Amino acid sequence: MPSRPMIGYAHVTKSFGLLKAVDDVSLDIAEGEFLAIVGGSGSGKTTLLRLANRLIEADGGTITVEGEDVQKIDPVALRRRIGYVFQSGGLFPHLSVADNIGITPKLLGQPAADIAIRVDELLDLVQLDRASHRDRLPEALSGGQRQRVGVARALAAKPRIVLMDEPFGALDPLTRDALGDDFRELHRKLGLTTVMITHDMTEAILLADRIAVMRSGKLLAQGTPAELSKSSDAYVLELLRTPRRQVERLNALLPQSGAA
Amino acid sequence: MSLFSDPRWGEALSHLPDYLSNHVRVSLAALALGLIISLPLAILTRNRPAPRSVLLALASIVQTVPGLALLALFYPLLLAAASVTLKWFGVSFSAFGFLPAMLALALYSMLPVLRNGITGLNGVDPALIEAAEGVGMTPRQSLVMVELPLALPVMMAGIRTAAVWVIGTATLSTPIGQTSLGNYIFAGLQTQNWVFVLFGCFASALLALAVDQLLGLIESGLRHRSRLRAGFGVVGIAALVAATLVPTMGRSSSGYVVGAKTFAEQYVLSALLRDRLQSAGLSASARSGLGSSVIFEALKAGDIDLYVDYSGTLWANQLHRTDIKPRAELLTGLKTALAKDNITLLGELGFENAYALVMPKQRAEALGIRTIADLAAHAPALSIAGDYEFFSRPEWATLQKAYGLQFRAQRQMQPDFMYAAVASGEVDVIAGYTSDGLIAKYDLVVLDDPRHAIPPYDAILLLAPKRAGDERLQVALKPLLGKIDIATMREANLRAAGNDANSSPDLVAKWLWEKVQQ
Repeated sequence: MPSRPMIGYAHVTKSFGLLKAVDDVSLDIAEGEFLAIVGGSGSGKTTLLRLANRLIEADGGTITVEGEDVQKIDPVALRRRIGYVFQSGGLFPHLSVADNIGITPKLLGQPAADIAIRVDELLDLVQLDRASHRDRLPEALSGGQRQRVGVARALAAKPRIVLMDEPFGALDPLTRDALGDDFRELHRKLGLTTVMITHDMTEAILLADRIAVMRSGKLLAQGTPAELSKSSDAYVLELLRTPRRQVERLNALLPQSGAA
Repeated sequence: MSLFSDPRWGEALSHLPDYLSNHVRVSLAALALGLIISLPLAILTRNRPAPRSVLLALASIVQTVPGLALLALFYPLLLAAASVTLKWFGVSFSAFGFLPAMLALALYSMLPVLRNGITGLNGVDPALIEAAEGVGMTPRQSLVMVELPLALPVMMAGIRTAAVWVIGTATLSTPIGQTSLGNYIFAGLQTQNWVFVLFGCFASALLALAVDQLLGLIESGLRHRSRLRAGFGVVGIAALVAATLVPTMGRSSSGYVVGAKTFAEQYVLSALLRDRLQSAGLSASARSGLGSSVIFEALKAGDIDLYVDYSGTLWANQLHRTDIKPRAELLTGLKTALAKDNITLLGELGFENAYALVMPKQRAEALGIRTIADLAAHAPALSIAGDYEFFSRPEWATLQKAYGLQFRAQRQMQPDFMYAAVASGEVDVIAGYTSDGLIAKYDLVVLDDPRHAIPPYDAILLLAPKRAGDERLQVALKPLLGKIDIATMREANLRAAGNDANSSPDLVAKWLWEKVQQ
């Protein structure tokens, strides 16, 4: 038997009324892995992510985190040990950058002085200047800066797992690219296990080790980009066509890029 | 004499510490109680649409009840509650003044606090509540750390609205026995003392503005996380409370309290009674502007010690009698009935303040009207005006029946304006008061009542149960009994209705005492 998964879904289902948002999904995420969940809107990918830290409760099946059944863990304690990056930040507008980042350590009752040191470390980690950002309110930040603060907040309580809900979706392409690379580096450096939701297959291919494809609540396929490209599923192949076409067009339009 | 050198400003100012401190105390207590009830309700019902709409509907209904009526309703309600607690637990409390005023005002403050509280909390971006949950907050932490701070501006706007409403409406608590800045307004309106009316309005407006600004300071302090600003606001409110508590703490609350209803004659008589007690070496103060239904209960409960009422009024309103007895018989019956409640009917002052049908002398002569019987023939072409209670009183029904009176139209009016209205021909006949000085001033005539349909209304002096055997009190008051005739009282009332410096009830009371001694 392989080493136990960091997060494990076994035959998990979740319905909202008549809609089966997650339909008998089984999926393991190994320690240190960077998994991207790809799917259109309404595919159930966000529901699947939120089942992991019990923001949503499953109807059936078993979910484990670090080997423990999440049903046996207090949901508040569970959320405090899992980092979560929200779509477009989810920063509290009435709290400064430092207070936003330090929120989970504060909830855990860590001393203010320790939190202040940790906040500075995290600002360095997400490459924001300490002095000029610490006391700002979120409204005074650019979209990219906000998302960096969002990442710092998710990492503040030193979680081993980070869940990300379309973290870079609302950013311009350049910022998105830079932020994606920086996060990938953090993931490696800190030995995180990361699950990221995206509707953008190109982003998934560029950042993730493995990709899970969701549609209508079902897990259609999972694997490395190379494995997925061998899939027989029409929808999976359709999803992969977009990045392929982009590559071809880019190569045609930017002939000198190969020499760079 | 210019407006500002008017000595009545000085008189008004001398009442300010008392009126203002009572006003602030009842308003802030009501506001605090309103907040203690409304804020938790807003928080509890924010995610429960059904109870939320019931709550808001109830609060809206309360708001549609006019402030004066709401305040007046709380008095009998608490009286009933007090008698229940007395029966069951052996403890009673005063249903007079502070308590009913505070409860009614607290109820009045609830709508804006609830509505803005719920709107503010529901307006918080659901994504942020989700984020609060996601970073590991418990529901309570999410409420305290995220939802309440984000809803604060809207909630504070509601609290500020409530504060302004309560401070404004508190002026209406005077008739149920709570001293307030409304004492200026009620007294001023009744005695045509516009200086008092203006003073009362400005003082309550300034108070409302000040409290609003202080709350605004607290809000902006909380919002910008400025301890200094929030601190200033809190200190300001605290200072206001402290400042208004100081002057009354030094004052003794013992002594005799003389009650007065809400019209000029009563203000003059209560001043006269108070002066008599004081010159007999008894400490006494006047509690003016009490509602006609409140004052008798207040006497019975011992909240006031003495006041002047009218025999016919008590006959109809307290004994619920609809028959009309001759004067002496009615007085004897009344005395016996009041004695059952341990209330002493000390005696008559000597004049009657009865309802009477009144019209301009010239008009009456031209139409050949001398009595109500003469009037009945012309009534279908005429209009009549009365005060707010007259047309619902039994004597109006009796009067209509006795003479077959049927008017073209009937209107209700503020008593002070009736006389001018009938003099100018705005209405043809009014149900005035026999002791009113304006009858002479406007050259009006009181129509005879040959069938004695209107009961006698002798002015009588009543003493509270606890003062029943009080010799000193009775000795001090005896010189007044039977000494004020109708002509004297009319002149006193006319003086009190004047709009000048000599028309204050205190000065008219002094003039009246001199007349009594002659």
